[in-house]
Amino acid sequence: MARQRERWGTRVGAILAVTGSAVGLGNFLRFPGQAAKYGGGAFMIPYIIAFIIVGLPLAWAEWALGRYGGSMGHNSVPGIFRSLTKRRSGAYIGLLGTLMPVMIYMFYVFVEAWCLSYAWDFLAGNMSALGSSAEQIKTHFEGSVGKGANGAVFSTETPRMLFFVVICFVVNFVLIYRGVSKGIEKFCNIAMPLLVVCAIIVLVRVLTLGAPVADKPDQNVINGLGAMWNTSGPDKSLMQSLSNPEVWLAATGQIFFSLSVGFGLILTYASYLKRDDDVALSSLTAAAGNGFCEIVLGGMIAIPAAFMFLGQQGVTGDSLGTFAIGFKALPNVFNQMPAGQVFGFLFFFLLFLAAVTSSLSMLQPSIALLEEGLGIGRKASVTILSFITLTGTSFVVYFSKNFAAMDTIDFWMANFFIFILATFQIILFGWIVGIDKGMAELRRGAEIHMPNILKIVLKYIAPLYLLSVFGLWCYYQLPGRFKAIITPPKDGPPVVLMSLGLILVVAAFFAIIVNLANKRWDKQEASK
Amino acid sequence: MTASGWTIMILAVSGITALLTWCVYKVISTPGSSQHLHAQTDIDPGDQED
Repeated sequence: MARQRERWGTRVGAILAVTGSAVGLGNFLRFPGQAAKYGGGAFMIPYIIAFIIVGLPLAWAEWALGRYGGSMGHNSVPGIFRSLTKRRSGAYIGLLGTLMPVMIYMFYVFVEAWCLSYAWDFLAGNMSALGSSAEQIKTHFEGSVGKGANGAVFSTETPRMLFFVVICFVVNFVLIYRGVSKGIEKFCNIAMPLLVVCAIIVLVRVLTLGAPVADKPDQNVINGLGAMWNTSGPDKSLMQSLSNPEVWLAATGQIFFSLSVGFGLILTYASYLKRDDDVALSSLTAAAGNGFCEIVLGGMIAIPAAFMFLGQQGVTGDSLGTFAIGFKALPNVFNQMPAGQVFGFLFFFLLFLAAVTSSLSMLQPSIALLEEGLGIGRKASVTILSFITLTGTSFVVYFSKNFAAMDTIDFWMANFFIFILATFQIILFGWIVGIDKGMAELRRGAEIHMPNILKIVLKYIAPLYLLSVFGLWCYYQLPGRFKAIITPPKDGPPVVLMSLGLILVVAAFFAIIVNLANKRWDKQEASK
Repeated sequence: MTASGWTIMILAVSGITALLTWCVYKVISTPGSSQHLHAQTDIDPGDQED
């Protein structure tokens, strides 16, 4: 009996670890922002298609490629690509797998600070003091994150948000530097299911709110769900949305972002696995857990709540901000719940913890590259990365007006470059390593059957989908994007151009490291 | 909320819930799952002090 209980305990532990790892800011904050920006239900059609034909297959391919690369002695993405392509130039493509997580880390820490400041606001009773005024909550959020002007976070008389940013940066740095992140991760195996339970309670409250604004009966729960799921909006039909390649690019990018595939994280972590560890059921369970948190909880809470309290303008608008919608909408829900102050604190504090575990993992690909490329230890690698990320985070926090720096880096990293690296990985799996060898690698240690149809999906359908969407987006929208970049803004500095400059400088730094790493690997191979 | 909105919502929510339920069942019914299954967060890079 005791043995049976122990067996159940370890299996439940495995479920909590695998599904809990999928929970993060991508589910509860980025997904609603993207869905709202690109048309609600019209966004969900490419999102579901992308999940089935590229997201899940790529997750499997990336776990298998990473574990295979690890067996060849590499943990960094450039090293893995060099081994698998058998070319020095492969390492330079892998540069993207270190650049993207570091660039995303720069703004992710800022959003972490928003979560922590909201947890504090609920604990201290500041949020309930705002009462049921949706406008006041919106103003509170925009004021505290400096949406109105560049440098606002630094220049306020009481730089509260700056204080939380510093706390988040120091917490991340100390945990990574001391190498004690495993402690917080074990804690999160319990904390993340608690976040899901908390989110389910919030969902029930959202669905039972009725029409919370007394003089606006149209702003009710059914119309709120409509704002999330209707395939045509007030200004766009379904066909207009689906014929826009940027909707497909953004939906696919969101799948990659929340599954943590396409930007080097999984490749790096899978490289530390044993050869016969399962990757098939693990990644499927993580993807399902992620999808549940995103579709059922992330999408059903934030957008309906934003619509019910702020109206249609709460879920549309150019300067909405990718991560902002939850911060404007959710406090209204908590303020109308029994024990809302406690739930509000718990929700944002647990979200902060989920974000910390994600941001800690974002630096691992670069740490692995610096260790392999320069032959230095973990602490030296973390020190170098801290200088780079401190500069980048300061840039994002300073240029906070309309979240221009954050949204620019987010778009080019989490929608554009993630697409390029994901496409390369699919081609690497199906065509360079070879689909038969790749599938044999995926099936090694698999706890579920991997059907042969996956060969067709991974070799033909997924690459064709990715190349078509990317080609169409480049043809129709890239010229417009470039024009917007080079056109100076009417007022203030050219933040978009400066953000791209920052990306280029960091990319140049990693290119130098990859070059040094290639020389070390040449020597190692010559001495064998 | 339109009919197409209801349809997409019901399909997406029931589809992902069914997939998650099946995965949880497979993990529970797989012998030795805690040794062979891994989440990104529980993988040890090997260069950390504990």
